[in-house]
Amino acid sequence: MTIDWATLAAIAIVAAAAAALTTVLLVAFAVVELSPRSGRPGIDGADDGGATRAHPAVGTALAVLCLVAAGLIVSYGLYLIVA
Amino acid sequence: MDASLIVVAVVLTALVFDFTNGFHDTANAMATSIATGAFRPRTAVAVAACLNLTGAFLSVQVAKTISGGLVDETLINPVVIFAGLVGAILWNLVTWYLGLPSSSSHALFGGLIGATWVAGGVHAIHFDAVLNKIVLPAVLAPVLAALTAMAVTYLALRVTARAEPGHVSRGFQVGQRVSASMLALAHGTNDAQKTMGVITLTLITAGMLAPGSPPPSWVILAAGCAIGLGTYMGGWRIIRTLGRRVSEIHPVQGFSAETTSAAVILTSSHMGLPLSTTQVCTGSIFGAGAGRRLAGVHWGMAGRIVLSWSFTLPSAAVVGAAASWLAATGVVGVIVVAVGGVALASGLYVASRRNAVTAANVNDLPRPATDDVAADLAA
Repeated sequence: MTIDWATLAAIAIVAAAAAALTTVLLVAFAVVELSPRSGRPGIDGADDGGATRAHPAVGTALAVLCLVAAGLIVSYGLYLIVA
Repeated sequence: MDASLIVVAVVLTALVFDFTNGFHDTANAMATSIATGAFRPRTAVAVAACLNLTGAFLSVQVAKTISGGLVDETLINPVVIFAGLVGAILWNLVTWYLGLPSSSSHALFGGLIGATWVAGGVHAIHFDAVLNKIVLPAVLAPVLAALTAMAVTYLALRVTARAEPGHVSRGFQVGQRVSASMLALAHGTNDAQKTMGVITLTLITAGMLAPGSPPPSWVILAAGCAIGLGTYMGGWRIIRTLGRRVSEIHPVQGFSAETTSAAVILTSSHMGLPLSTTQVCTGSIFGAGAGRRLAGVHWGMAGRIVLSWSFTLPSAAVVGAAASWLAATGVVGVIVVAVGGVALASGLYVASRRNAVTAANVNDLPRPATDDVAADLAA
């Protein structure tokens, strides 16, 4: 029985990095920056470390940057599918 | 046996397999998008069908072997392929009827293993390859996807915790349209190739194509249309399972699950260790559910799905072996297998109509088991 642990670990790291640390979080930050403030507490009712908000103009610029970066990652994914 | 007859039977059966592959796997890309309302059900299957069809034309790098090295390729002939496809189709239909996501590739390999076993004995099966290419990835892929999706979902929920909920939902619904579309395109690119490869290699073994030939245009078109049409039919029973019966799915979770699935599938394919799309997507959906609330996941459903995965290879192998034994007797045997397969498929379809799941009720919440018992007693 042989498992290619190196490749599996690489898949885990690359996939986790690509999905967790980039695409989803970029979109999440963009959504937060573009969202009106609700002032509601976090999901467990306490200060849960939710993202802090920038000045509206800066926030919009950050959101655009995040979405552009996410778009580039999606484009690379499309390239992998097509290539 | 007339070679052209069995070749026609293999081509038709391969296209039927492609069709079942399409409607069986619609859920992989679209279940969470339908559950969260990112796509209306009919729109979702239409988008998935178009992208699966497009994917079929994007790449014609068909597999160089039918079984991927799991069995002795010298023993594979059109009769074995036909029997293997019948085993895969019937397992796909049984799991569809039960609403359980299972790997169409594993069903195909199981059918081929059973058929080859009958044709060449136990020594024709490469059990090391079965373990390394099917069993271990089947155990590791969903775990890897689930852990990644759980972490992603947890982080995304923390980041968006203080934003306006309606705005967050709408934002992630837009993201879901992109991520689900990518999954559908990747599915078309990967899975349509399987059928193209089966048909092309059958034509080569029958001497109708020169060795090393690429798939003819009609094969590409037929395979693309079969998987696209199957996708459009929508495997609503499996969509309901993954969208509504794993846990309550919100757009953040749906986007996290789909993005994780796309990342794992594309990364593993790129690194030469392709994993089952169905198992990765199912693992991601369970992980995304757990990332919000561990207790909110219906773990009983996870148990049923894992049980079906453990039966995929042996069940398809048994049917493939029986079909191979019958089909090897000659034309009458092939006809008996074909008629028997159609009869069983029709029986499953008729049974499914008694409790039909369609685009109209795919998002209905599951009824408690006591309601089902009461309905049965009333009937």
